[in-house]
Amino acid sequence: MATVVQPASLPPRRSAAAMFALMQPLGTAGLLVILVMAVAAAFAPWVAPYDPLTVDYGAMLAAPSLEHWFGTDAFGRDVLSRIIYGARTALAIGFISSLFGCTTGAGIGTASAYFGGKIDLVIQRFVDILLSFPIIVLALVVVTVLGKWQMLGIDMNLIGAIAIPIVPKVARVVRSSALAIRTMPYVDAARAAGYSHTRIIFRHMVPNIMAPFLIMFTAFIAQAILLEASLSFLGLGVTEPTPAWGLMLSGNAADFYREAPWMILFPGIAISLAVFAFNLFGDSLRDWFDPKFKV
Amino acid sequence: MLAYAVNRILLMIPTLIGVAVLVFFMLRIMPGDVVELKLKADGAAVTQETLDLERERLGLDKPLLAQFGDWMAGVATFNYGQSMWTGRPVAYEIGIRLELSLQVAVMATVIAILIAIPLGTISALYQNTWIDYVVRILAIAGLAVPSFWLGMLMMLGLLIFFNWLPPITFTHFYENPLENLSQLIWPALAVGYRYSAVATRMTRSTLLEVMREDYIRTARAKGVFERLVVARHAMRNALLPVVTVIGLEFAFLIGGLVVTEQVFNLNGIGKLFVEATTRGDYTMTQALVMLVAFFFILVNFTVDLLYAALDPRIRYR
Repeated sequence: MATVVQPASLPPRRSAAAMFALMQPLGTAGLLVILVMAVAAAFAPWVAPYDPLTVDYGAMLAAPSLEHWFGTDAFGRDVLSRIIYGARTALAIGFISSLFGCTTGAGIGTASAYFGGKIDLVIQRFVDILLSFPIIVLALVVVTVLGKWQMLGIDMNLIGAIAIPIVPKVARVVRSSALAIRTMPYVDAARAAGYSHTRIIFRHMVPNIMAPFLIMFTAFIAQAILLEASLSFLGLGVTEPTPAWGLMLSGNAADFYREAPWMILFPGIAISLAVFAFNLFGDSLRDWFDPKFKV
Repeated sequence: MLAYAVNRILLMIPTLIGVAVLVFFMLRIMPGDVVELKLKADGAAVTQETLDLERERLGLDKPLLAQFGDWMAGVATFNYGQSMWTGRPVAYEIGIRLELSLQVAVMATVIAILIAIPLGTISALYQNTWIDYVVRILAIAGLAVPSFWLGMLMMLGLLIFFNWLPPITFTHFYENPLENLSQLIWPALAVGYRYSAVATRMTRSTLLEVMREDYIRTARAKGVFERLVVARHAMRNALLPVVTVIGLEFAFLIGGLVVTEQVFNLNGIGKLFVEATTRGDYTMTQALVMLVAFFFILVNFTVDLLYAALDPRIRYR
């Protein structure tokens, strides 16, 4: 121990956020895009140049110009404004349904691992059954079964239809993490101390599955946005006149391919960009949490 | 190995029964039934009598449990009955559309493999260089771009640059391969891009993992050419999880076609599924869900067997 490390040669202590920005540049870029979209969505009335619902037959199918940056649709509605308001729909539905699906899935997965035995077996068989439906097929069945149920201007059943396919996937992943945690000495200690099942699950196990939970939560927001767009495109999700990206691609947008390509170009870019940003951020979050990748 | 296979087949049965039960009861919660949707479609005034008669004809007047019994008996004997909307046998309706969807799915798989394995390998071998970044961004973009939108862009591009649109009617491959391919290659590309993104990421990450293994170092130390190290030692082991992902995605492809078929106006399984659910056609929806689930479980099973066959470390007792 002859050399003494000079304090000056140590890297300066940085906050976790700064470290993340430094080590995950792609993820930070994703996060920035998400933030810009969220701000635009939250302050849509101030950001959007026009009202998204105002029909202007004088400006039907207008090409992108200084007046209408992204052009107008078949009803003369401003495409840019509809995309900005559409961000509200996409982010709200994506966020709520991912939160709802991931939380339920995590709860089921943890409980399944904690109780083990017959309960675990039954839950896992049920998860198996749900997993054998492709996501969109399950969502499609749920959405037609439930119909519409508006609350605070959001179709709650649509959220349910998007959240339900997420549940088994999260349950499966969380269960495997929780199985490892269950054998930890501190869980045995908590049991020996006579704590209730709920207390052990929520105070001792759940905090330790937060990392996979957060990663999946971000990743499934991306999936949920994509799913909402697909359902709306099929005419089974968000309905007119609510501005939604998938909806903007359906209906008469498809009839005006040649005359008004901007009608399908910009909403598609918006969907791709949002999903791309969440995926980038989710990926970086996984690398960040995974100790294998830490230098 | 045989015992394992038999065991797995037996385990498929309860899952399929579960799917059958779940889909039956899920559909019955739906308000309004096919009869109302069908007969009142044009806002026509229909007497309660007509509605009841039609319900009786379709067996919808029976108690729920009796209907359930009929359905389960049908499942067991592979008799899925008639479509409640068209009146034709479900098996017939599915049969005429399955070929198209399967062909698109197979073509998309081939496209995905052709793109994913070379790109994923290059990306892993040149980790953290610009090549790697380009491939990774392409792959993440593939997951982000909705395939139905990609399809729309393709049609738009074809229209603008070639003033041509793919044919709308389906021609069998063996009748006129060119006509057939000029229709189906576009949806296959649209779906295949997303598919390849998943497989590229898997190839990259498993290859990276394998390249850190001891036996790779040993091979290099022996003086084996780097090319052979990658091709013989690394790829064989890295491809296992890739095979899994390709298999699982193939099963989901049938589902993924649901939206893409609408864009290209293809009369396939996906379109049939959307029509069946929105029309409240119970028998058709049930049969389609069973088909997709069965397909998925079958692929899963095949992948597992393949896994055991390819990797001597995995031998199930």
